[in-house]
Amino acid sequence: MPIIKTEALTHIYSMGSPFESVALENVNIEISQGEFVGLIGHTGSGKSTFVQHLNGLLLPTSGRVLLDGTDINSSKKFRHDARFKVGLVFQYPEYQLFEDTVYRDISFGPRNMKLPKPEIDERVHEAAGFVGVPETLFDKSPLELSGGQKRRVAIAGVIAMRPDILVLDEPTAGLDPEGCESILKNISDYRRTTGATVILVSHSMEDIAKIADRLIVFDGGRTVMDACPEKVFSQADKLRSIGLDVPVATDIAARLRELGVSVPECCYTVEQLRNAVLSLKKGAAEC
Amino acid sequence: MKPIIQVKDVHFRYSGEEHLPPVLNGASLEIEEGSFVVILGHNGSGKSTLAKHLNGILIPNEGCVLVDGMDTRDASKLLDIRRTVGMVFQNPDNQMVASVVEDDVAFAPENLGIPPKEIRSRVDEALKLVDMYEYRLHAPHLLSGGQKQRVAIAGVIAMRPRCIVLDEPTAMLDPAGRQEVIGTIKRLCRENGITIVLITHHMNEAVDADKVFVMSNGRVISQGTPKEVFSNVEFLKSEGLTVPDTAELLYKLRLSGIDLPAEALSIEECAQAIAAALK
Repeated sequence: MPIIKTEALTHIYSMGSPFESVALENVNIEISQGEFVGLIGHTGSGKSTFVQHLNGLLLPTSGRVLLDGTDINSSKKFRHDARFKVGLVFQYPEYQLFEDTVYRDISFGPRNMKLPKPEIDERVHEAAGFVGVPETLFDKSPLELSGGQKRRVAIAGVIAMRPDILVLDEPTAGLDPEGCESILKNISDYRRTTGATVILVSHSMEDIAKIADRLIVFDGGRTVMDACPEKVFSQADKLRSIGLDVPVATDIAARLRELGVSVPECCYTVEQLRNAVLSLKKGAAEC
Repeated sequence: MKPIIQVKDVHFRYSGEEHLPPVLNGASLEIEEGSFVVILGHNGSGKSTLAKHLNGILIPNEGCVLVDGMDTRDASKLLDIRRTVGMVFQNPDNQMVASVVEDDVAFAPENLGIPPKEIRSRVDEALKLVDMYEYRLHAPHLLSGGQKQRVAIAGVIAMRPRCIVLDEPTAMLDPAGRQEVIGTIKRLCRENGITIVLITHHMNEAVDADKVFVMSNGRVISQGTPKEVFSNVEFLKSEGLTVPDTAELLYKLRLSGIDLPAEALSIEECAQAIAAALK
C-alpha cells in the first residue's frame, strides 16, 4: 500500500469569486514508503499547493488525500495525526523561528505532541545532530545565528517530530554551494537512517538530479511527467517548453553526442558524465 | 576605461557587533564603467554588506568608496550617488510599493521630482527594456517571480542609473524566471552600456561576466576573468564555493588523467574539448 495516495485531487482558490483559479486539477499520485521524490515545476505550477494538502493545511476542493490508506480529511483526528506524520518545511523556514532559544525552537513540535520531557530532550539532540546544529548553540537566540544555521534549526524543528514523510519546499534557496551540499547530505542521511519518505520541491535541476530517485513534474496544476530522473531529463525540449530546464551535465552530454561522442542518454550528473567519458577513453562505453 | 566604482580598503562593522570580527576587513576593488561584473563568496563573506556600500546605504568605518569620483562619506553627494548606482534585492515582494506595475516603476522618478511628462516616457522606456511593457497596467502581486524582479529592475532603470547592483536577484526564482532576469541584465549591459554588478551563488550565471571577484572574510581574495578564476578549482572549493558544472567536469576528468584545458566554460567549449581529447 502506498504511504501517500491522492485521488483526483483538485484545488480551486477563491472559488466563485472573480479571482477563481484552478491550482490543482485531477492529480493522482502514489508514493511508497522510503521513496525520495523530487517535485519540479515553474512558479505557480501547483507544487506548493500540492504539498500543503499532504498534511491537511489545505482542503481539497474535490478528490481525496490518503495517508496509509486513510482519508486524512475524513475526521478531525486523522487530520490532526497527519500534521505529525507529515513534516512540512516551508520555503525560507528561518522566518518562522520564534522562540527565545534554539533548544526551545527545536522542541516546539515535540512539546505540542505532549511527549514526556526526556523524550523531547532526546529528540531535540537527535534532530540537531541530523542537521549539524552543535549543542553549543542550544542556549543562543535563533536571531544570533547565520542564515544557514537558522535554516538548519528550522529543519531540525520539523525532524524532531520524527515525521514518516518529510516534505521540504526549496530547502537550499539562497544558501551558498557548500551550505546547499551539506543540507542535501543531511536530508539523505536522515532518510537513510530513519527510512522516512522524502519529498523535495526544488528549482535547482542540479540538486534534484543529484538526490532524487523519482521526479514528478507539475505544469498548470497537473502532473505532466512522473518517472526516474534519466527519463525526465531526456526530454529537454518538453521541460524547457514548460519553463524548466535540464542539468548542465545533460546539455553537455547532448552536445557530445552531436559531436559523435557516444555518451549514453542516461547521464544527468557531472559524476555520471565523468564516468561515461572515462569508460569511453578506456574503450568500454558503459554508463 | 575609467572605473565607475572604486572601493578602497573598506572596513565595516555593524553597530552593536563590536565584539565580532568586522564584516568588511580591507575590501578593495574597481569596477569599470560598462562592464558586467560578478561577485561570489560564501554566506557571511561580506558580499551583501559590500553591495550596500556601493550606493551609500552603508558608509565605511575606514577606507572609502568612490562612485564616479564622489565619496559616499560626503552627505551632499548622496543623492547624486544614488542616481548613479541603483540597487535590486533578492526578494521582489519586498521591493514593490504600488498596486499597478507602471506606478511602481514611476515611484523613484517621482521622488526625484522629474516632470510628469518625462516620467511617462521614462516608465515606458524602462518597461520596454525589461520586456514588461504589456504588463504595465497589471497588479504586481499577480506576476510571476521573474516578472516581479524585472519590474523591480525597471523601477531602477527609470532613474537612468549608470550602474545597477543586484544582490542575488534570482535566488527565489524558477529556471525560466532566472533566465529572464539574467538575460535582461546582460542585455542592459551589452546594448545599453549600463554597468552591472551581480552578486550570486549560481556559478553558471558568472560564465559570461567580464570580471569575477571572489570574497572571503570581508575582503576580495581573487579576481579575474571567469576563465582565470574558475580554472582554480581547488582554491574555490577551499573557500566553500563551487565552479560551473562545465569546469567541474573538466576538473574531474583532468584528475583522472585526461589532458583537458581548465578554461572551457561554455557548454560548447566544454563538449568540443572533451570530443577533441577522445579522438
